[in-house]
Order: sequence, then structure tokens, then C-alpha cells
Amino acid sequence: MSELRFEDVSVRYGTRRHGLTAVEDVSLSVGDGEIVGLVGESGSGKSTLARAAVGLAPVTAGRILLDGRPVPVRGRRRPVQLVFQDPYSSLDPRMTISTSVGETIPRRDPVTGAVLDRRTEVARLLELVELDPDLARAFPGQLSGGQRQRVALARALAARPEVVIADEITSALDVSIQGTVLNLLRTLLRELGTSMLFISHNLAVVRYVASSIAVMYLGRIVEHGPAAEVLAHPQHPYARDLLAAVPEAGRTPERPGDPALRAVADAEPADPHHPPAGCRYHPRCPIGPLVRADTDICRTRTPDTDHRHHAACHFAEPLGGTTERRSSL
Amino acid sequence: MSFLPRPAQRPRASARWLAVLRTPVGFCASLGLLVVLAFAVIAPILWTGKASATDVPDLLQGPSAQHWAGTDNLGRDIVFRVLVATGLSVELALLATAITVVAGLILGTAGVLFGRRVARLMAAAVNIAVAFPGILLALFFAVIFGIGAKGALLAIGFAGAPAFARLAQTLVAGIESRDFVAAARIAGVGRLRLLVRHILPNVAEPLIVNAAIGAGGALLAFASLSFLGIGVQAPSYDWGQLLGAGLAGIYEQPVAALAPGIAVIVAGLAFNLFGEALAKGIGLTTTLGRIPLGRMRRQPAEPASEKDGDVPVLDAADVVVTLPGPGRPIRPVRGVSLRIERGEAVGVVGESGSGKSLTALAVTRLIEEPGQVTASRLRFLGNDLLAGPARLHRRLLGTKLAMVFQDPMTSLNPTRRIGRQLAEVARRHEGLSRADALAKAVDRLRAVRVPAAARRARQYPHEFSGGMRQRAMIGMGLMSTPALIVADEPTTALDVTVQRQVLDLLETIRRADSVALLLISHDVAVVGQVCDRVLVMYAGRIVEDLPAAELATAARHPYTRALAAAVPDMRTDLDAPLAVIPGRAPDPAAFPPGCAFAPRCPLATEQCRIDEPPLETDARGRRVACWHADSPTDGSTEMTTAGRGHE
Repeated sequence: MSELRFEDVSVRYGTRRHGLTAVEDVSLSVGDGEIVGLVGESGSGKSTLARAAVGLAPVTAGRILLDGRPVPVRGRRRPVQLVFQDPYSSLDPRMTISTSVGETIPRRDPVTGAVLDRRTEVARLLELVELDPDLARAFPGQLSGGQRQRVALARALAARPEVVIADEITSALDVSIQGTVLNLLRTLLRELGTSMLFISHNLAVVRYVASSIAVMYLGRIVEHGPAAEVLAHPQHPYARDLLAAVPEAGRTPERPGDPALRAVADAEPADPHHPPAGCRYHPRCPIGPLVRADTDICRTRTPDTDHRHHAACHFAEPLGGTTERRSSL
Repeated sequence: MSFLPRPAQRPRASARWLAVLRTPVGFCASLGLLVVLAFAVIAPILWTGKASATDVPDLLQGPSAQHWAGTDNLGRDIVFRVLVATGLSVELALLATAITVVAGLILGTAGVLFGRRVARLMAAAVNIAVAFPGILLALFFAVIFGIGAKGALLAIGFAGAPAFARLAQTLVAGIESRDFVAAARIAGVGRLRLLVRHILPNVAEPLIVNAAIGAGGALLAFASLSFLGIGVQAPSYDWGQLLGAGLAGIYEQPVAALAPGIAVIVAGLAFNLFGEALAKGIGLTTTLGRIPLGRMRRQPAEPASEKDGDVPVLDAADVVVTLPGPGRPIRPVRGVSLRIERGEAVGVVGESGSGKSLTALAVTRLIEEPGQVTASRLRFLGNDLLAGPARLHRRLLGTKLAMVFQDPMTSLNPTRRIGRQLAEVARRHEGLSRADALAKAVDRLRAVRVPAAARRARQYPHEFSGGMRQRAMIGMGLMSTPALIVADEPTTALDVTVQRQVLDLLETIRRADSVALLLISHDVAVVGQVCDRVLVMYAGRIVEDLPAAELATAARHPYTRALAAAVPDMRTDLDAPLAVIPGRAPDPAAFPPGCAFAPRCPLATEQCRIDEPPLETDARGRRVACWHADSPTDGSTEMTTAGRGHE
């Protein structure tokens, strides 16, 4: 069955001296029919990882495999598809919906080998994403943001993908539209059995969609585990801080009294061009060297991931926690 | 700031081309061009014989009834020669333009076809070629290709190519970075098809316009080369050649030189104006006039409620914003009344197009021309902003109001150090010395928790991260002692951890100095966490005004309830589908009659579609505009048809 696997993937831009390692040694697997949520702040390399999987970003080290074979990034057959964030930019304004979607449809059904009729395929796909097939003749300018995002989804599904990567697909939409797109996504994936890497900065959205959650910080995955597990017992301090920062009506977060804790709470996100040595989160970490004296190891040594949820933290719970499940890696 | 509503839909391409014809310049230029082209085709067919007929007795004659512009040194009629020369002149100009376009397109789009390395090489080559003046290139090519029409044609054609290639490269690069091109690549679309189907159609219009203007230039260039004697050679003749021949006798017989000169001017103008008219018609040269303070008009006055001693920070009634729209003006804000007390945090939530940002800009007098704002009352700290000199208002707002926008990069001057920008506020409003103002700026940066404030004050905005920039913006607002901070989506571009830092900071400032906050956000959760009171906007009106704590639990308007339910939070039931609001938010250009939410509302009745519900205040000071406020929305719609009347 189809499993998307990132094996020690690094993506580096620029020259040796003035470069930026957007993704560093990332290992992650999206199992068959699984929805993996990828969260992290902007600049953490989430989108770069997604673009690398479809050949839009250069993989400088490691491999990206689909069922053990390298993901094809040339030629007509593209089993990994990407849905973009901004539906106003991802559809060609000069092309009808039918042409845009039709462009991705393979000549033959990859399973049966039967020749596919574009027009019936387009109608089928539009119905799949709950759009009126009559919209096939429309131009993107005539559609609302939510409708456009469904078209973008239909276009990705047209390629009969085995894995779909959704890169912040609801963040450009109004909240009232976001719900319809998320509902549609859940139903579709359940019906089609397609695997998905769902990228979002919104933890509440990821929680609703994903079966497992990976947390990325400055190009590295710092925690990965079953969604409920990660949300209930986050192991990495960054994951804990992320969860604590989710705004909730009626809950005013307390400001810490300890000045050291206040300082790390106000610390600026690190510059990806000059990532900190050791654990990359240490300048902002509430249990790190700026707060506790006994944690100098964080400044010097990159933590390994032999912890619960593969947490890349020196102080995470050891493996074999209560409900550890080795689903990936 | 994207407070202007999204344009409904661009008119189709054909309609826009036709619209060009309707402008006076477009019409004249098209007509002129048509006449020139007609002569170019017809004249050589009809009058070649007459133009080459020699009239030996009448050599070098001046204008006469027989020869309107006289004759040349072989006694040939100059008018006919000028007319017939149209053919060759226009043909050569068009051919040269064709060479320019083809060569330019090949250079400009090679990168798409052959990859990044070739693109870089081409860009370098074009950069070098662009540096040479066109006429110099033309002369250079003329020497290489030999003197004559063919040499001049290739010379002028290739001389124009670098500039055209540069334009094509720039346009193509702009389109190439769009997601739909990436999407096509992922779909496995080949490079040639990518170029032909996706990129060229999206860059065609400016290129066509440029080619039309270029044709005029080529015409003039040909005239110059022929005039200099390195273009068309006798016995062929074009306008430049005729001009050169006529110039020999300019003192005896000026018409012989003037006639081809006029022809060159007319044809050149026709091409150029046609190109300009096209450019204007399809919107390439748009000018935006900006006047900082919009016009403010008072509606039929309403007495201000000044009885209670505590003056509110902001007190606005019936604020209406009118913007010019396609066809007729649109009113994205339709009568908003709001009041903010000292130290109060008021949130405004709503979907895009609900008018929430425009409302904030209107009450702080930041709507720019051609936008118009009317209100029956607009008081800031007790000062009537509808009367009195604008200079005083600007000073008052300058010191007592702080604005924080979504993208601080656009609000900060990228070429000036952060500290200087902050200091400028104090220098202007308080007259502090340079050193004092800078010291205060550093102090304020420290107050907004910028680490190493003294060092960072010397940095430029691009050296700040998004969250730090937002803090600097807030710090700028704190240079004076503001009574109100208006924050328009201040954290939308930020990550959750940074969002929390910024919200936390706003909260601290508010508590410390009892500064009022008007927080505009699409995020119900953020508003619910930060604010005391929430205004819910829909289609340019406030539909509900309620305590933030009741947003999720005790909202009375069906829209508020739907909005709160549609946002997933960390407690959302994972097994049930998310609540959704069917339909889409109305276009500000066409708000429906009656209650604007009626088409999407499960409670809507006939009354809702006809009468707009007024914003009623209840005993606890909450406001709601709904005929069926408090009716449960979970049940079917039938149960609500009884309605609640005008209570």
C-alpha cells in the first residue's frame, strides 16, 4: 500500500557560505490512509518539506520514497499531489475550471488502464468535491475562495494520487468557509483512502483532521506521535508552548513571575540563517539553559529522538511510555 | 491593508479590448492606424505607376494644382511618392517589430523551456545588450548586415529585442512564481505546454501593447536610417529616403521634405497612441491619487450625549463609508454606531468584506480619497472630529491614537532605523531634542519587550522579525500617551507563540495605562480571549454587540452563533462534522434587501427578506439586530415563522 516516507531529508538553498538549511535531517512517514498533521511556525520548513516531496524544492540529502521507491517528480504520472494555500494564486485565471482540472487527468486509469474521457472525469471530480459540474465552463474569477479551493482539491485528486499534501489550505479562507472545506476533506479521504500530509499552523484545525501530529521547529521535527497522545502529553517543550499559545475565549494566560521565564517567553524566534547550536529551541525553552542551570547540554548537543513521541529533547520521557506506538520511522 | 473589497470580476478580455475603442484617444488612434494600414495596402497597388511617372518639363517644381506637393529631381509627383512609400515604410516597420518580438520572446522565455541555468545566462546576456542604446545597436547591425533595406530591417529588429526580452523576462518571472504554474508542474505538464498554455496567455497583453508602441519606434528608426542613407536604397523608397532626398532642396522647396516628414509623424503617432490607448484600456498604467485625510461629512446632526461626566474615548454614530465602485458607488459600511470607554477592549469580528477594517479606518479618519465618510456623531476624547480644523484633529489623533496594522512592514519606513522612526514621533509632537527623543524611543522599545533595545534601535525594519516589528509598531504608538490603540488583524501574519507574545503585550499596556483597545480580527478565539466586548459585523452593519464572555455561549444573533460554532477549537467534537454557514458572504457592491444574513440564515422568514432589523439595545446594554434574536437555531426553520415582531 502507499506510504510516503521522508528519510533524513535535508533541503538547502543558496551557497555553502550564504545558505539556508530550510529542512534538516527530517524523517517522517505518512502511512497508508493516514492523515499526518504537520505543525510549526512560519520558517520552520513545513512548506519546504511539502515542496520537496513534489519536486519543487531541491532535496540536498536523504530520500523521499513512495512505497520504497523514489517519488517520481518528472513525467506525466505524479502520485504525490500538492494543494496550495492561496486559491487566488493557484488557479490560472485564463483557464476554465474544466481545463485546469483536466490538465492533471492522466490519459489512462493507472489501475485499470482504461482510457479516461476528460469531460466525464472533470464532471465526476467536481461532483466529488461537491461542486456543480456546470462550473466546469467558468473561470476562476467567477468563483468564491471556498469554491476555488475545492477546484484546487479536485485538480489534485484528478491525478489519482496516492498521497495528497495540503499546505495551509484553509488559512486563506474565511472561518465560515473553512468548515466546509475541512468537512469535505475528511469525508473524501475516508472514502478514497488517500493518505495525506496536512500542513497547518492552526493546532485546532490539525487536531480535527489529523490522526497523528508532527511538530517542526527550525527545519527539524521535534515531536511526532498519535494526535491524541501528542496533544494530551506533549513531550517537547516547544510542543507544550505551542499548545499553551492556542487562543481560547475566556482564558487569559498568566504571565510567569520568574524573570528568566519571562525572558524566554518574550524571546524572538531564531533566525533560520543562523540556527542556534545544540537544541535549536534552547534560547526560548522554559526548561532550557536560560532558566535552569543544569541544562548546559542543550547548548552543545543536538538531542536524539529516542524518546516518547520521538521527541528531540534531552529531557523528554524515555521510550516505552504508556501508550507508545512505533508507527513511523 | 486589503480593506477594499475584492473586485467582483474582471471583464472578459474581448470586452476590455473593445472598451479601448470607446475612449477618445483610443478611437482616434485606431482610426489613424486603420487609415495608415489601408494606405499601406492600397497605395502601392493604385499609384505605383503615377509615383514613378517622370515629368521631365516639371523638374523640382513647387506645389501646383497638378502636383500638390511639387515634384522631385526627376519630375515625379511627391504626394504620390509619399503615399506609395507608406507601403514599404509600414511593411518594414512591422517586419522589424516581428523580428523584435520573436527574438525578444525567445530570449525572454528560454528560461522556462531550458531551466534555471539557461534563464540566468539569458538574463545576463539581455542585461548587457540592454545597456547599449538602440540606435547604436542598429548602426552596428547595419554595418554587419550591409547597407540596404535588409540590413536595416535586421538591425532595427534585433536592436529592439533586448528591451523586449527584458520585459518578457520580468513578466514571465512574475507569472512563474505563481502557484498555478507550480501546480501545473506538479501535474506533469511539459515545459512547452506550460509556456504556451499558462505563461504566455498571462503575459500577452502587456507584450502586445509594448509591440504596438515598438512598431511606432521602428517606423521612426527606419526613417532615420534611410534618411542617413544606410536604410532603403534607390530605386526603392520609403519615407526616410524621400525625406533625405527632399532635404537637399529644403530652402528652395520645403514641401518636398515636409510631406514625408508629416507622413512619418502621423503614422508614428498612430502606432504610439494606439499602444498607449491599449495600455490604458487594459489597466497597465493606473495612477492612484492619495490624499491622507478623507472628506468627512456630517449627517443631519444628532445631539451628543454629553451628560455623563465620563467622556468616552470614542463615540461614533451612523458611520457610513462610500467608495467608488464599478458603475456606481458602493457602501461597504452602512451606519455603524460604536462607543469605546476608557480602558475598554472592544473586538470587531466578521468575515472579509464585512466592513470591519473600514469601520476602524473611518472612525480614526484614515479613509483616503476617493472614499467618503459620513456620520451623525464622531467624537474622540470629547472632541468633535466633524467640526473644527483638520490640523488640530490630526494632532489629537497623532498623539492620542496608536494604529497597529496586520503587516508592520508596510507601516515602517524600510530605509530608516527603527529608533529614528520612533524618535521622529516625539520630535514632531512633543518637540523633544534629537537625543532625548532617541532615548525615549529606546525606553519605549524596552517597554514593548524588545530585547537589547538600545542595539535594536539602530537596526532597520528588515532586521526585525515579524513579531518584533509588530512590537516596534506598538512601541511607536506608545511614544506619546495614547488613549486608544486600534489594532487591525495585528497577529494574523504571526505564529501562535508570537501571537501570544503580542496579545500579551497589548494586554499589559492596556492594564497599565488604561488604554482602550479596538481589536479587529477574523479570529473569534483571539477576540474572545483579549476583549471585554465584541462587535459582530456582517455586510457593513453591526449585527450584535455583546460581552466577549458570552460570544460562545449566549450569543443572540444566528450569525454570531454560527460564526462561533464554525471555528474549531481544542474541544471540538472529532466525530461530528464541523458546523458551517451555508452560502457565501454578500458582495459589498450588492447587499441583499432586508436582513443581509437572511439568505444564509436558518431562521429567516419573509419579514427578514423585506425589512432590515434595527439594532436594538436590551436591558443589559447588549445590542442585536435580528427579528428572531434568541430563537434557537438548532431546530427546523418552521418553528420560527411566528417571529418576534418589532420589539
